[in-house]
This record gives sequence, structure tokens and C-alpha cells, in this order.
Amino acid sequence: MPTLYLPADSLARAVGADEIATALITQAHERNLPLELQRTSSRGLYWLEPLLEVETPQGRFGFGPLTAADVPSVLEALNNPSAHPLALGLVEELPYLKTQQRLLFARAGITRPLSLDDYRAHGGFEGLQRAVALGGEQTASAVFDSGLRGRGGAAFPAGIKWRTVRGTQAAQKYIVCNADEGDSGTFADRMLMEGDPFLLIEGMAIAGITVGATLGYIYVRSEYPDAVATLRAALNLARSAGYLGANVGGSGQAFDLEVRVGAGAYICGEETALLDSLEGKRGIVRAKPPIPALQGLFGQPTLVHNVLTLASVPLILAKGAQFYRDYGMGRSLGTMPFQLAGNISRGGLVERAFGLTLRELLEDYGGGTASGRPMKAAQVGGPLGTWVPPSQFDTPLDYEAFAAMGAMLGHGGVVVADDSLDMAQMARFAMQFCAEESCGKCTPCRIGSTRGVEVIDRLLASPDQSGRDQQALILKDLCDTMQYGSLCALGGMAPFPVVSALKYFPADFGLQASEAEQ
Amino acid sequence: MPDELLHLPVVNSLLERHKGSPGALLPILHDIQERIGYIPDAAVPEIAHALNQSQAEIRGVISFYHDFRTAPPAKHILRLCRAESCKSRGAEQLAAQLRDRLQLDDHGSSADGSISLRPVYCLGACACSPALELDGKVHARLSAERLDALLDACREDA
Repeated sequence: MPTLYLPADSLARAVGADEIATALITQAHERNLPLELQRTSSRGLYWLEPLLEVETPQGRFGFGPLTAADVPSVLEALNNPSAHPLALGLVEELPYLKTQQRLLFARAGITRPLSLDDYRAHGGFEGLQRAVALGGEQTASAVFDSGLRGRGGAAFPAGIKWRTVRGTQAAQKYIVCNADEGDSGTFADRMLMEGDPFLLIEGMAIAGITVGATLGYIYVRSEYPDAVATLRAALNLARSAGYLGANVGGSGQAFDLEVRVGAGAYICGEETALLDSLEGKRGIVRAKPPIPALQGLFGQPTLVHNVLTLASVPLILAKGAQFYRDYGMGRSLGTMPFQLAGNISRGGLVERAFGLTLRELLEDYGGGTASGRPMKAAQVGGPLGTWVPPSQFDTPLDYEAFAAMGAMLGHGGVVVADDSLDMAQMARFAMQFCAEESCGKCTPCRIGSTRGVEVIDRLLASPDQSGRDQQALILKDLCDTMQYGSLCALGGMAPFPVVSALKYFPADFGLQASEAEQ
Repeated sequence: MPDELLHLPVVNSLLERHKGSPGALLPILHDIQERIGYIPDAAVPEIAHALNQSQAEIRGVISFYHDFRTAPPAKHILRLCRAESCKSRGAEQLAAQLRDRLQLDDHGSSADGSISLRPVYCLGACACSPALELDGKVHARLSAERLDALLDACREDA
């Protein structure tokens, strides 16, 4: 009986995977063709989704991107798959996948998200076992020594947070997973939660027993209903199997988890606003200090990490800190799941060690724009990220290299634009988005973003050069105030896309290059 | 509104279920909206009482978050993604198509209550932009033709 694999990932479903599954089952039944269809996670090769794979003696053979209309011909081709026009060959031999360094997404596209057996068969819970054997002190040291930095965007060394929370005495400590992945162009957290939920649970359980927290929350944005449902089901399975509860993995320590759902506020991806939201309040940013590691959720010491940071921990424990450090460059160690989005021919997830260049990512993996027109810019790091022009595409993807050119890697999302996109309108959108999503606590962000939209509108409406130059000067001054005067990264970095658009694409604003460079 | 009072047994049973858990307000509001379709005004004093908070605090939270509605929703809710990735693949042209065809602005609801438009900033479908969510289901790799087909299906259903 042939075994077929088709992703149950929400984006695969959004391009028709469920219709294909239904057609496969119905038509195989009509033909008296026995087959097993497993709904797995996605490989993250989204330009090939819906991607159907069939087990062969050589490995899994792929077809894609399919539509339901292709199902009859695929069923006929199962015995001679290479003959099908949408045949891709062995999926793991596809250069896009073969050249990746998949540590965090090692199981992507292979396992069924809610199968504990699949998870364990592919190295699952080895990290937790190791952490239980090592004890808290050495586990925290392993995280510290691995060089792991926060993957949410700020890139703070994870080990320092772990030691701080572990070293603080309190009646109650918490682990909070920031799964409020609101940046446009990012989807790695979604993929991981939908596709490999036990990995996140394992990472959080290790964190809990290491720092002495007995309770954790996963705060997932409401735009990800599939991730919420998968995580909740996975929590029940993990609890029944003893990986959560009174005696986590035989450690003698208690740890349990709850999924909480956001409500459409981008600012709740900022860690202190997220904590307020978890407490049942408006998501308002808190002033720091106190840092959440000392006074976080309900005023108690709280370890707050992004999904990918927590999910990196099981591997670091299972394989050792040195194994992880061997990937990457400088102070950016390990791998990063980059996400290719926007106007890109081959959009998807590319997990590689830090250090490959943006050009390699966009050209070798991405294959250029989807429209076939020239690339104009790539916005790296979400809506608060800099628009990077092609002249800087040879910059290595490394936290420090990006910071040096006034940009940031953020959560690893890259949105590509072709030459038809108007950067003045994108700059205006950055300000408009900030105005809509500002929590309102600090003035530069609350007022500045609205003024920013107005100034850009005036600039674009100015009939003469001197009027435009004058507004550009005001806009740059406003951006400066927002960047240095805002309480958190929303107001502080919303100027990045604006200033970079002004600097690299002055013509879109009707400005001359020399003026814009001032 | 007397008909809102009919929702109170549902509200109170949800409050009973959640009120012991710390920071329960968002889960309570989500559950109320899921069961009733929106947060009835009559629920606010009940929630405030159960959580020992002021009505102003509850209303402040409801109004802060984009997801919470204080009026019954339209039959179909269409949320077109307007963030950078989808914009780079023509989301603004699709938005114009929607406005033209439905004669609604970006946040509008049709007079007959059949469809509501709302912008959304990222559905996590960025590798296959542009995308929208219709009644909770995401559709990606949208084209003008597919958008029209989805709207036709809504209209036939209305």
C-alpha cells in the first residue's frame, strides 16, 4: 500500500491542500486503490505547495504545486512518478532544501504534528532527558555556552536571561512564549507551532525545570487559529504522556502550560505589552526597568522568549552547546530560519547558519522576483525593518553586520519588492501602521506617527522642489524624535523603513538624491 | 436592549468557568464573542462584577483590541491582508476591487448585513501573497479572478 504525505499546514491549506486530500481519498476509493495518506507539517517550500510526497525505496518523491484537477494523473503516476509533468524528484534532493542547514526545522514536512511517536522517532524529548540528567545549573550553562540569542528580534543572549530568572527567589516564576508573530513577511513561528508543537513544549518544559518556574503561557496571535488548535491538542497529549504536569519527564519537578490567544493588537508582540495583555489588561508597554526577568507576569520573575528561541533549546541540550556554536559567525551563532516573502519567485523558509549574504538568500533560494521585474529593495525584519537596496545585498545575514548598516535582522523575515512598488507609499504605510497599532503610552509614537502620515502627504502634494525639501527635513527630524524618544521598538523603529525609503529612493518622493542624503 | 439580556445566562456561565484563573479577561471576551458573535453591552457590568474591576477597565480592554466587536457581525467577514508582503504583490489593487464591487470602504459593512470588510496586517501567508481570510479560512495566491469567485460564492449564499 503506497504511503502519501500531504501537509496540513495552514498555508498549504490556503492554496488547496484540503481539496487535494479529499480528491485523493475519494478517487483512490473509486479505483479500489488502497493508500495511506498522512497529513504532515510543511517543508516550508511554499512555492511548491500543495506539495504531495509519495514514499519510494529511494526516499520521498514529490509532486507540486498541485491542484485537485491533477489528482487523477498523480494516482496513475504512482508507479512511475518521474513521468508526471509536475514530478519534482526526490524532495530531499531539491537544491532549495538540500543546501539548507535544518536544525530547528529538521522535522518539517516529515512528521505528523500531533504524533508523539513521530516526534520521538526523530529525536524528540532527547533534550529534555538530557536536561533532567544534567540538572538546572548545567542546563542553564549549556544555553549560555551555546551563544543562543533571542530570535524575536532583539537578539539578547538567552543564557543571561535564564541565569537571571534562575537566580531570583520568588514564590512563583513563569515562562512566557511570545508567539505573537505579527511582522509581515514572517511565518516561521506559525510553521513551527502548527507543524512541530512538541518541540516548543519540550523547550518550555526544559526552561521551566531549569529556572524553577511551574507555569508557562504561550501567547499566540488570533490570526493563527490552526496554531492555537494544534498547540492545545499537543498540550493534552504531552500532559498524558508525562512531559508536562507534576513530574516533568521524570525530573520530580512540576511544570504546566496554557495557550492564550491575542486579540489583534500588533503591540502585544512587545514583551511587556504582552505581559499586560496576559494579565487581562490593554496591551500597554511598560517602562523598563524593572526587567521581566525580575518582575514580569503578575510582578513575578518571568522568562520571556520567542517561539524559535525556546524551540532551539532541546537541540542544544541533545547535541551540546559546542555543536550549536559550530554554526554561524561572530556573535551570531547557530542557525536562523529566514523567511522569503513578498514579490519572490520561490517563497518559503530557508534555515541556514548566520553568515550567508542577503543576495544568496534572494537569488539562489528566492530565484528573483515573482513578477520577473527587477528587484527594487528588500525589507528585512518586518514592518519596522529597513528597506535594503540591491547595492547592499552582499551584506552577510548576521546581527552585527546588519546593525552596522542601520538595519536589523529582526525575526528573519524578508519582503521583496520589484521596481513597481512606490517606496513613498510604503513609507507612508509604515507611519500609518504605527499610528494604528501604537499603544498610546509615549508621545513620540502616539502623536509622531500620525504627524508622520501628514508630513508625508504634504511632501507628496508639494508642487515645487523647495516645498518638498522642506517637508523632507521635517520628516527626518520627526523620525529622529521617534527613534530616540519612544519607549519601545514600535515607535523607535517605525522610522527605519521611512528613513531608508527616503535615503535610497528619493525619486519616489519627488526629491533629488543630494537633498535626501543630507 | 432587552434582547441582549437573553445572552446573560451564557455570559454568566462563561464567567463562572473562567473567573478563578489569573488574567482571565481576554479568554472571557474571546469565549463570549465566539458564543454570541459579539460582546453585548449588557455583558460589561457582569464581567466587571465577576472580576472585581470597574466597567471602564472592561470597556477599555474591549476597545483596545481590534478583534472585539460590540455589535453583531455580518454574515460573512472578509479580511484582506494589507501588510508589506501582500502590498508588494498587489493587495492595494485587490482592495480597490473590493471597494468597487461592494461599494464599501475598507472597514465597511453592507447594508443588508451580508458582508463586512476589515483590513488585517499579516495572516502568516506571506510566502504566497496576496492573501485574505474569509469567515476564518485563509486563501492565498489571490488574483482578481479568484477574489471575484469568492465574492460570488458569498453573494449566492446571502
